[in-house]
Amino acid sequence: MAAARALKSRNEVENPTSKVLKFGADKPLALAAGVMLSPFQIAYQTYGTLNEARSNAILVCHALTGDQHVANDNPVTGKPGWWDVLIGPGKIIDTDRFFVICSNVIGGCLGSTGPASINPATDKPYGLDLPVITIKDMVRAQAMLVDHFGIDRLFCVLGGSMGGMQVLEWAASYPERVFSALPIAAGARHSAQNIAFNEVGRQAVMADPDWHGGTYFETGKRPEKGLAVARMAAHITYLSEAALHRKFGRNLQDRDALTFGFDADFQIESYLRHQGMTFVDRFDANSYLYLTRAMDYFDLAADHGGLLANAFVGTSTRFCLVSFTSDWLFPTEESRAVVHALNAAGASVSFVEIETDRGHDAFLLDEPELFAAINGFLRSAARARGLEEL
Amino acid sequence: MTVNVAQRVDLEVVSEIIPPRVKVLDVGCGEGELLQLLQETRQVDGRGVEISQRGVNECVARGLSVIQGDADTDLVFYPDKGFDFVVLSQTLQATRNPRRVLEELLRIGDRAIVSFPNFGHWKVRFSLFFNGRMPVTKDLPYSWYDTPNIHFCTIRDFVSLCDEIGAKVERATALDVNGKKIRFSMPWWFWNFFGQQAVFLLKR
Repeated sequence: MAAARALKSRNEVENPTSKVLKFGADKPLALAAGVMLSPFQIAYQTYGTLNEARSNAILVCHALTGDQHVANDNPVTGKPGWWDVLIGPGKIIDTDRFFVICSNVIGGCLGSTGPASINPATDKPYGLDLPVITIKDMVRAQAMLVDHFGIDRLFCVLGGSMGGMQVLEWAASYPERVFSALPIAAGARHSAQNIAFNEVGRQAVMADPDWHGGTYFETGKRPEKGLAVARMAAHITYLSEAALHRKFGRNLQDRDALTFGFDADFQIESYLRHQGMTFVDRFDANSYLYLTRAMDYFDLAADHGGLLANAFVGTSTRFCLVSFTSDWLFPTEESRAVVHALNAAGASVSFVEIETDRGHDAFLLDEPELFAAINGFLRSAARARGLEEL
Repeated sequence: MTVNVAQRVDLEVVSEIIPPRVKVLDVGCGEGELLQLLQETRQVDGRGVEISQRGVNECVARGLSVIQGDADTDLVFYPDKGFDFVVLSQTLQATRNPRRVLEELLRIGDRAIVSFPNFGHWKVRFSLFFNGRMPVTKDLPYSWYDTPNIHFCTIRDFVSLCDEIGAKVERATALDVNGKKIRFSMPWWFWNFFGQQAVFLLKR
């Protein structure tokens, strides 16, 4: 089954189970690295119908290991879409009312051009020959997708974590195209601690002999061990000490006593090993390197003369930021820094901190207070945008 | 949602002062009663700051533009004259540095509206005079040791602070125990004695 999943995931790279928009030589993607990416493609999903005025479009940006399958069963894992609890007919983001777009990021591995895609110059997967991708590059590509729909202004751009970074980049790069912005559990830059965590993950991948300098597709083997360790380490940062203790404590896994060995004696060990193993079937190791790098490079203030408020001067976008008390990857202070910058820029901003012990991943879960905030914010934005209530 | 007499009266008096379609910042906006009222009846562009996270979450769920923040520390992040009106309703006495907060209000807003309970009210004076104890009333229900109100002042105290920082009183309203306005023609000492609440419109 794992092999079947891995094969499915490999096939998604070139011929994804979703819509694909291909950009030829006439429409290259100008990368922050200073080179043009061409040709390239964006894999995306849409839900609902674009209204005549093209004013009801919501762009959802996915996190590091997310994908475009936000509200449908995932073709690789068979599981419900990653924000299925939030998006769908009659749900808080009501697809009977809004036109929802979600695309795989550039650098990803589920159909948008990334390191696993075929490099037309060599007819082999790019591997590390793909230029380093930034959050700004991802957003620029998304803007080209939005152009394709003839949408001048998105009603809302939202996302959590790396998705939240994209939301902030959207608001800074294309303020006139974003009516409302909802970055969740995110920040305007990656902290030293977050870069450190990412570096551990990347080193784990690159230390795996099967990684082969990123050319593993030619060997038929993949750096599964390294990527699994990277995922295990990262997964800890998505939870919280309290949640781990609540869920696992020091409980033993299928045994009554310690074995005095290095098997997974504890439930938490078993859980992490499972997380690592299932991850490698659905995710490309090089993509993991590229996307973590994109997050590390993100620093919105640095892009605007060192002052974050400059990124938002004169903006008319309505903002709502959300953080979680137990998130130690993007602690509340990161969101608050953005709020203060928005205040200084005179922007319209709401900010909700939600008390939960579920850590960073709380944004993906059924959190009633999160949903109430999103609902209140979107409804008032919809009124301001003149979108009729159903 | 609990709205006490002082807040209810505030809602009315403050909303009378604010003209339609202006930009308003409500500092200490609670659960957003005033902002909602102003948006519905005056179509203002309203924002709020509230110290309690519960209040903020409630406001945002109601579709208001509100952030969690502390009047003492977070007003510095707002630009000069970013708002037509900044409202500080029943909050001044709970700040650590009322003078600095007041100066910030006048920096951020073209005009500031400040309301507070008057500690010079005769009931307060009598309670202290006859009982020799810190007054506990319906609108000031806290004991001295657990009150959030750490900087009470009287109407005359407030007027003298306004003088000190160069704030011009454009309009002042004192309300008696029943929330009724005291006639404007009365002298300050009368207001200070019979006014239970005061609402000031200031400009610098």
